[in-house]
Amino acid sequence: MTEHRVIGKPRRRVDAVAKVTGRAPYADDLYLPRMLWCKLLRSPHPHARIRAIDTARARTAPGVKLVLTGADFPRTYGILPVSMDEHPLCPDVVRHVGDPLAAVVAESEEEAEAALALIEVDYEVLRTIASPEEALEVDEPQIHAYAQHGNQHKRVALQFGDVDEALAGAEHVFEDVFFYQGNNHLAMEEHASVADLGSDGKLVLYSSTQTPHYVHRAICRALDLPGHRVRVHAQPNGGGFGGKSDPFNHEIVVCKAALLLGRPVKIGLTREEVFLLHRGRHPVLMRFRTGVDAEGNIVGMDLETLLDGGAYGSYGVASTFYTGALQTVTYAIPRYRFRGCRTFTNKPACGPKRGHGTVQPRFGQEIQLDKIAHALGKDPADLRLQQLCKPDSLTANYLTVGTIGLRECIEKVVAGSGWRERYGRLPEGQGLGLACSSYLCGAGLPIYWNKMPHSGVQLQLDRMGAVTAVCGATEIGQGSDDVLAGIVAEVLGIAPDDIHLVTGKTDLTPVDLGSYSSRVTLMMGNAAIEAAERARELLARAVGEHLGVPPARLAFAERRVFDVEDPARGVDFQEACVLAESAFGTLGTVGSYTPPRSPARFKGGGVGPSPTYSYSAAVVEVEVDPDTGWLHVPRIWIAHDIGRALNPTLARGQVEGSVYMGLGEALMEEQTFRRLPPKRSNALVHKFPSALEYKSPTTLDMPEVITYLVEDPDPRGPFGAKEVGQGPLLPIMPAVANAVFDAVGVRIDETPITPEKIRAALEAKRKGKEARTGPRSFPRIDWPEPFLVPPPWEGGDGRAVNASEAGRPMSKAVKP
Amino acid sequence: MNKLLLSLTVNGEAREVAFSPHKTLLEVLREDLGLTGTKHGCELGECGACAVLVDGRPVLSCLTLALECEGAAVETVEGLREDARLHPLQACFADVGGSQCGYCTPGMLVTAKALLEEKPAPSRDEIKEALSGNLCRCTGYLQIFEAVERAAAIGRGEAAGEDRRD
Repeated sequence: MTEHRVIGKPRRRVDAVAKVTGRAPYADDLYLPRMLWCKLLRSPHPHARIRAIDTARARTAPGVKLVLTGADFPRTYGILPVSMDEHPLCPDVVRHVGDPLAAVVAESEEEAEAALALIEVDYEVLRTIASPEEALEVDEPQIHAYAQHGNQHKRVALQFGDVDEALAGAEHVFEDVFFYQGNNHLAMEEHASVADLGSDGKLVLYSSTQTPHYVHRAICRALDLPGHRVRVHAQPNGGGFGGKSDPFNHEIVVCKAALLLGRPVKIGLTREEVFLLHRGRHPVLMRFRTGVDAEGNIVGMDLETLLDGGAYGSYGVASTFYTGALQTVTYAIPRYRFRGCRTFTNKPACGPKRGHGTVQPRFGQEIQLDKIAHALGKDPADLRLQQLCKPDSLTANYLTVGTIGLRECIEKVVAGSGWRERYGRLPEGQGLGLACSSYLCGAGLPIYWNKMPHSGVQLQLDRMGAVTAVCGATEIGQGSDDVLAGIVAEVLGIAPDDIHLVTGKTDLTPVDLGSYSSRVTLMMGNAAIEAAERARELLARAVGEHLGVPPARLAFAERRVFDVEDPARGVDFQEACVLAESAFGTLGTVGSYTPPRSPARFKGGGVGPSPTYSYSAAVVEVEVDPDTGWLHVPRIWIAHDIGRALNPTLARGQVEGSVYMGLGEALMEEQTFRRLPPKRSNALVHKFPSALEYKSPTTLDMPEVITYLVEDPDPRGPFGAKEVGQGPLLPIMPAVANAVFDAVGVRIDETPITPEKIRAALEAKRKGKEARTGPRSFPRIDWPEPFLVPPPWEGGDGRAVNASEAGRPMSKAVKP
Repeated sequence: MNKLLLSLTVNGEAREVAFSPHKTLLEVLREDLGLTGTKHGCELGECGACAVLVDGRPVLSCLTLALECEGAAVETVEGLREDARLHPLQACFADVGGSQCGYCTPGMLVTAKALLEEKPAPSRDEIKEALSGNLCRCTGYLQIFEAVERAAAIGRGEAAGEDRRD
């Protein structure tokens, strides 16, 4: 391995000082001269038609400058081109409690809020669709007329090889139903935005967003503005986790207000409003039917998923496909069928959260594997090790996997936890559970179809020896700025904090699609290497000429450019820049990255491909009180196949943060709703839209975590790096469930895994009933004819053999 | 509403500030004194992001009325630097990975500072207890605990100073 000076060395991230001094400029920290404040009027009803809205009194209230309603926003927007179903303010129908329908802009936030109470709305309350089951049964009223059927937003079906035949021929078939509860990102920073007209008359939006480019597009669409009249500056995000990936109604509203008023307009959401905006983890009910041979090797898998999408499309179509995408990249699955249905319900829209759509089925898959191991008398670690995917191979559903460090991950956590000696042998009430997972290193396809790069980096070098790295990538806490600076510094032989960074500003920076799908390290990183190598070449040519040394013989290190054969012979970095600027004129280079084309040629094959995949394995230790069901997690061992840790301090933080967030989902976090009594409004309301009542782990709940970074550089990643921000979350929840089974012999097949559920299962066990808490059945869904795609080893070429018939409903009857 | 005039010490400087009497200390710090380093994550005392020191004790500034602070000494993250250098806690948070998105960091730092002033050699459990009202969604807390432990060791003269360049 080449000796690196920056890459692989633990160090202070480049934005750390800004953050520990309070200087990092989050969107809500911006106070501009003459700034006005915006507040939104939100629906108290989960589903209602707006008969009339009277804003006259609000318009004349003290301090009020502007009142906007849905009539001011005729155009829709949405993150996915297939579901542009949102208005910045609802013009005719509100679809969940908290859906905004009017905005007040005033001199102060208090005045704006006071004026909201003066807006009179006449609502015609419509029937509420409260759950996916209700959405399957009730076609009218439709929450959205564009839904595929009734309140079923989207039904998808894909089949890779004859799964029914595989299951019929299997030695054992295991059928299990699981439920994964929805939850919120709970980023510490509440969403905030400030819109302003620049001195040039062009709109600028400063916002807490993970995806400034997509927000830029949404503003242009919703406000009918050309792209060059708008710019979006992503401020450092105070946590994202997927919750700041959609373009949001409040962002577009303040843009419109700033255009009309010619003054800066700010909005800062309250914590309650963040829960009502949501876009968090979809609740998913799922059924796995998995056939195995006598040794426990999977011969076929049939997966159905039912998603509670909430009131809008958001990323939901992608989320739906993601619930079926990655089952095949961990263990060899020769035949596979996936059918998924996303329903509309009158709740805040679900969207992407860390591990987007793959977390829920991973929970089911890894618990089912544990059940299979028990049924066949095999060690759960061995059952997995015997059927891992092969590196550099194609899966049944045409995903191209790269390096696979999963074997080493399993071996690390097995050795570290004393699994071989302790698993199945601990006293009653103590247990170990193991689970594995895989995740994308960037979505292989963009949100909107195009052939352009997914990430671009520009470098400017000047005669002062300054290097400025410019990229649209967005710092959400994950360390994207540090990745950019670290890579450029490594290639140019300077220090990361020598580099000026300009990131996440759509008017200044080349497009990077955003901080989602764990794409930044690999995609921006490769673009940064290309730009930096081009800069290095320019410098080497100029310095080589000056020193009379062939450019290839020059090294870049310690802020110098020198002859490797005679290190004393060289120039400092600034002198190298002066020589290059003298030789070539103003210095600048660009680099870009476009992922390889996926071999999947079937409809739906666009979700799941990635340049490569990361792998994780975890062992969780639990203590369960057999009387009360009280669950305590003292220790977790986690190994993550990162390819290469660019900055191990950051990488460890991402792993531990993922473990933490996964533990929160496993034990306590849930976004749930309740009906108010019919005498009041019967509204479907959020149970606990507060940071206190929405339980998340505190310092006192955090277990000891033993982290292993498995480094087997993947040639597809920059310096061999793969993702680390999302993958290590995935194995935690099923590993907790599997550990509970080892401790007290009961299965908890749903999240969160609470003492109440454990106690109920223990009670059932004592009464001789099924020792389990979890969903009992999966509803009948009128699935469409699946796209039939033969797997690569059955002569397939990535295309569906029935493309013309597939996708149609199999029967007209929808009622179960 | 008539504004109130208040005298207090902020980060060692005597300040006078006029503000509407319903305002919280958090709002006065951020909006009237320009100290946006202190964050808010809930405005309801649930998350700890707004923690500041009032007369050396950590308080949630979102639950503290500014008018209660007449004559008080308030310390925020902006006041942690010492002689143009980072406070050891700041340097350790930066070096150990105690700050990712950074939003909880100001509240964590001042709360930890109060802890170390009371207990220069806190145990891991005492650190957990002291920071249990400060939520962090990024780190999983472990690197925060390590940063506090390292800063405590520096404070006791048992470890070499960190890179404290700001």
